[in-house]
Amino acid sequence: MEQSRIRLDRVTKRWDATTAVDSISFDVTPGQFVILLGPSGCGKSTTLRMIAGLEEASDGQIHIGERDVTRLPPGDRGLSMVFQSYALFPHLSVADNIVFGLRSRKVPKAEQRERLAKVAELVDLTDYLDRKPAQLSGGQRQRVALARSIISEHPICLMDEPLSNLDARLRSDMRREIKALQSRLNMTVIYVTHDQVEAMSMGDRVILMQHGRIVQDGTPDELYNQPASAFAASFIGSPAMNLLPLVKGDQGAVIDGEPTTTVAPLEAAGGQLGIRPEDIELRPASEPGVPATVLSEEYLGADTIAHVTVGTHTLRVRLSGKHALTGQACRLHWTAESAHLFGTDGLRRHDLTPTLLSSTHRSIPRPPVVGSFQH
Amino acid sequence: MALTAHHKMQMYGALLLLPAAVLLAAFAYLPTITTVINSLFLPGFRGAPTEFVGFENYRFLFDDPKFWKVARNNLIYALGTIPTSIALALGMALFVNGKLPGRGLVRMAYFTPTILPMIAAANIWMFFYAPQIGLFNKLLGALGFSGVNWLGDPSVALGSVIVMSIWKEAGFFMIFYLAALQGIPPELKEASDLEGTSRWSFFWRVTFPLLMPTTLFVLINALINAVRVVDHLFILTKGGPNNATNLLLYYVYENAFSFFDRTTAATITVVILLVLAVIATLKFTILDRRTHYQ
Repeated sequence: MEQSRIRLDRVTKRWDATTAVDSISFDVTPGQFVILLGPSGCGKSTTLRMIAGLEEASDGQIHIGERDVTRLPPGDRGLSMVFQSYALFPHLSVADNIVFGLRSRKVPKAEQRERLAKVAELVDLTDYLDRKPAQLSGGQRQRVALARSIISEHPICLMDEPLSNLDARLRSDMRREIKALQSRLNMTVIYVTHDQVEAMSMGDRVILMQHGRIVQDGTPDELYNQPASAFAASFIGSPAMNLLPLVKGDQGAVIDGEPTTTVAPLEAAGGQLGIRPEDIELRPASEPGVPATVLSEEYLGADTIAHVTVGTHTLRVRLSGKHALTGQACRLHWTAESAHLFGTDGLRRHDLTPTLLSSTHRSIPRPPVVGSFQH
Repeated sequence: MALTAHHKMQMYGALLLLPAAVLLAAFAYLPTITTVINSLFLPGFRGAPTEFVGFENYRFLFDDPKFWKVARNNLIYALGTIPTSIALALGMALFVNGKLPGRGLVRMAYFTPTILPMIAAANIWMFFYAPQIGLFNKLLGALGFSGVNWLGDPSVALGSVIVMSIWKEAGFFMIFYLAALQGIPPELKEASDLEGTSRWSFFWRVTFPLLMPTTLFVLINALINAVRVVDHLFILTKGGPNNATNLLLYYVYENAFSFFDRTTAATITVVILLVLAVIATLKFTILDRRTHYQ
């Protein structure tokens, strides 16, 4: 199992003047499902391709197990990969596609057949083995690509946005399928995606990247609850976290354009206050809290996203159920734990805690709160 | 009669087809039909009417040893040029498809022979092949070998013509292969690299099968060229010495315009057309079944 440990040490990739990956280091323990997450162009795919050996690192070392594989060709690294385009051979049948690598490695015919039968069963392709990739649906092609990497029995599997060519419904099925396969086969997976839903639902650990650097490396829970920077905060969660600029007020920092309510200590001024839409409570205008006006609402079925203005800014509030609130004045309330403070550099301020909004905090169960002030 | 919209559309369609149809009929179909008819008649002399002789002309042709010699030459010419020029074209395409300094220049260099008119190319090769002052004999002389009469020696002349044709054709076929190679997604190479597949094995298991449609297309083209292109014979050998380099179409030309034997020329032409049609049909039916089209 130890041979599936992956270690990156100050790995860098440069193309002439541009630095795609800038000295990143991380360590993947065997059996982990690690997500490389980030917007396009952040260097996540390049990182994966350097681990695979499809790109050569300009600097730094990559270890797999005890071996330094930095300069080894891809075939000698003992890993398999699933491509975004699936990279199936169009002229070969599903069966030949799956055993392609076994033939390259001169695995005996009998063993090839045995392993093929087992893997085809595992990914539910037994009835399709004689078809050509063109005769398969997107999801089935995806399964062929998965089967090809599983049959190699390499302990490490790299996946480069494998679900982005599928439609939304299939995607959620495949998410669960991949996750189940990974834990069943105890594979070490590094999975590149720009989709935060995939990252949150599949990863044991998420490495968030921006501009070729790691922004945050932690569990999905940590990324959601303790975002390391304003970028991390805005990238995870849908709708994204509200980020409000803070300015100096009389008693402390206030939201820009809303000087009546102190929301943070004075030192936080100049930075940003972050609150997730689902952490904000809408209360009647008579109650304490941050004064706001509801601008519009979007009804999404299970919940409603209300757009409210505070000072000169608009923020989103997630309310469960259906509401008609447009034009109403109200107060916003959130708990001190659910508010995040980011400094002028965008990084999380661990030294400060947001101010408690009101001393007369009433405990009201959340869903009925808003409904109760509708009339 | 009132024209309905449907009839109008049909009219438009027919009118759009008309120019191409007229050209094809005037220069391809009518000549083919008259050629077939000519091959079944003997011309009348001194104003006598032509005489229908059925397959008599064909029997006469098949009894002619010169026809068989020319046909054999053409077969050797086809076997000599087609596989070599295709293999060379594929090799060059693979070479210039890779990472290479000055790639554009090399590609252009390979394609240059195709741009040259055959007559000009043949003239250049005349200088290469010339017995005393030619490039090849000069080079051989510098190495201490006695020269070869490249175009004058009946046992060498056809080979010389074949070499020149390969030089002329390979660059043209390379362009098709290069286009096809660039249509192969690079992930396929990456996926097979990850499995430790050797270059050689990747070529035979992936690249070559994916190039099959191109190979088939090039093969048909090469075959047609083998009986179609005769320009170089006018410059290099005029079919000689002693018909050693005479090819079918040149023989047709000789019959029609040197011997003024239109009947024999028509008969040979029909034979060529039939042979080509049979080979093309065989190739498309047999090879198509084993070819993957994207």
